[in-house]
Amino acid sequence: MDQILLQILNGLDKGGAYALIALGLTLIFGTLGVVNFAHGALFMLGAFCAVGLYQLLTLEMVSIDPNNMTPWGTPAEIRQPYIEAWFGEAGSTMLNFAVPLSILVAIPIMLVIGIVMERGLVKHFYRRPHAEQILVTFGLAIVLQEIIKVWFGANPIPIPAPEAVSGSADIGSWFGFAENAISYPWWRLVYLLFSVAVICAVFAFLQFTTFGMVVRAGMADRETVGLLGIDIDKRFTIMFGIAAVVAGLAGVMYTPILPPDYHMGMDFLVLSFVVVVVGGMGSLTGAVAAGFLLGILQSFASMTEIKSIFPGIDQIIIYLVAVAILLVRPRGLMGRKGVMEG
Amino acid sequence: MDFLDKDNLQNDLILIAIFAVAILTMPIWLEPFGASYPDLMQKFAIFGIFATGFNILFGLTGYLSFGHAAFLGVGSYTAVWSFKLLGMNPIPALIAAVIIAGVFALVIGFLSLRRTGIYFSILTLAFAQMCYNLAYSVLTPITNGETGLRVLRSDPRIFDGNGSDTGPLVASLFGIEMTGMAGFYFCAVVLILVSWLAIMIFRSPFGLMLKAVKTNQNRMGYTGLNTRPYALAAFVISGMYAGLAGALMCITDPLAGAERMQWTASGEVVLMTILGGAGTLMGPMLGAALIKYFENIFSAFNEQTLEHVFSFMPEGMRDATVSLAGLFVGEGWHLTLGLMFMIVVIFLPGGIIEGLRRLAKAVFGRKRPEQSHAARDDAAQTAR
Repeated sequence: MDQILLQILNGLDKGGAYALIALGLTLIFGTLGVVNFAHGALFMLGAFCAVGLYQLLTLEMVSIDPNNMTPWGTPAEIRQPYIEAWFGEAGSTMLNFAVPLSILVAIPIMLVIGIVMERGLVKHFYRRPHAEQILVTFGLAIVLQEIIKVWFGANPIPIPAPEAVSGSADIGSWFGFAENAISYPWWRLVYLLFSVAVICAVFAFLQFTTFGMVVRAGMADRETVGLLGIDIDKRFTIMFGIAAVVAGLAGVMYTPILPPDYHMGMDFLVLSFVVVVVGGMGSLTGAVAAGFLLGILQSFASMTEIKSIFPGIDQIIIYLVAVAILLVRPRGLMGRKGVMEG
Repeated sequence: MDFLDKDNLQNDLILIAIFAVAILTMPIWLEPFGASYPDLMQKFAIFGIFATGFNILFGLTGYLSFGHAAFLGVGSYTAVWSFKLLGMNPIPALIAAVIIAGVFALVIGFLSLRRTGIYFSILTLAFAQMCYNLAYSVLTPITNGETGLRVLRSDPRIFDGNGSDTGPLVASLFGIEMTGMAGFYFCAVVLILVSWLAIMIFRSPFGLMLKAVKTNQNRMGYTGLNTRPYALAAFVISGMYAGLAGALMCITDPLAGAERMQWTASGEVVLMTILGGAGTLMGPMLGAALIKYFENIFSAFNEQTLEHVFSFMPEGMRDATVSLAGLFVGEGWHLTLGLMFMIVVIFLPGGIIEGLRRLAKAVFGRKRPEQSHAARDDAAQTAR
């Protein structure tokens, strides 16, 4: 029982990442009808927002310590991040909370990147075939990836989580299991809560604001909304920006779990496309449900007990499920008729 | 639709003759580009075959498969197994690879073709990723996992080696070793043969049917025609082309690895086809050659080469130019690829062939269709 609970939890944070990326993909697809292969790159850019801020905060000031001599008789160097030297205690706290702080940085950056991307590139591809949309955004993804590689190098850059949430939580005792039966890293718990919060925020935004109402109406029937005198294009552009922010935030918060490198976007992209298709193209709830579902299935498949029966199942489970679901339910779990067919 | 109005045999014969001459003289006219070494020309031919086959599915029938590298990998493994079991003759390896890849394509195509559009793309992607992961882990007895499968001296090889310590470990066609120029000419002959086949498919009533499937599948259905067998046939044929390409890879270098099946490899062939011009005869080959050329030539540029190239500039300007250009070559050649790709998709949706056609139109003006057709093919040939 505790094993099952542990696997579910293990899957949930990965599922959270899948769900967030897939949510953004589906938002873009539902509003603009564009298949965005650069979405994984947006996830990666978000992660590198965190890397950038962390590197900025850890810039070191080198000063000479006159009281301390090296064995060679020269004064030793003191290396201290500027932020600590200038702000003392507050500075170290900021450094400690670099990842959560990057959220504040990432939101405006990703919003701007998303809007620029939509206005500059994607706008011209609404009426073009999906194959061309896939190809141009794929090209963009390669370009973004290479720029990041030139800037930050090809190696993964580890970013620590804040100290307060760096240990493991003894989740088992909360549910009345034996002590230390289920211990779970705090940060993964934070990630799970965070992804749920972001998903709820996006749904609430679409459900309860006038802006969201117009966007939903536009998703249902773009022309009619346009005829009512509403500038639907502008709102869809903003939705693209929001989708970019969602992907970016997923990336920011994922950095302590997986040290970001330049091709993490591509790795997640394929999986999140599978997630979107399993959930049903254009269905927001489908994307979220499929994200969590596939995350959990993946973590179950990586249990040693299961692997001993079906070796290699952990590698292919997602694709296997995707194939099975697509063959049984042509439009995914919650897809609508006529979306992306033909 | 320009291929419809000239389906006469003579034109095709001229076309394939020009093409054959162009391919066989590649070592001569590729010299000035620095691309006349056999390794690269083999790649041109092999990826030309791969892209031509992919074009039959994507360009002609309109199904965007994101998993074609799976058939390439299956072909590779089959070829190496044929070497291991039968001997180093490339002919049985080619035949076995084409058959096995065709069977694979039949199964995957039968399942995937139940869906269209992006669902089809994702299904093929999922199948290919499964094949990749299985080849990497579970099927290690067959694929030798991450080490890759290669021919060993101790293999049975019933027709030549027979476990002896001597005997070559490279493919040899009746005594001609398939390395270097001989390997290239072997690939080139296969390329010419399968291009001829592709032209026949394009011109045939079957090709016309595929074109109709691409144009409007629903309407085809309303006329009472079941389109699935046609699409499936196209899928199997293109899978066989991919298997052939994979086998040729192993014939020139007897090693098969799982990374050949990864989805990025499938993406690459899509890029080649689009870059050259999907649905045209020569386009995919052109795209394949261009991408392989960039991959091999650009990625070999280093700072010294660049400094040599820009040596005519004053020093400060040269340093700036070198560091700027350094972003686009060597390790960063992917950046060039991505940019080139975006530019082509944005400004030239028909690919390079479309560009050449426009160029020919601008240069030669509006002539009779026959002549402009010939001019375009000529231009396509010389541009290679």
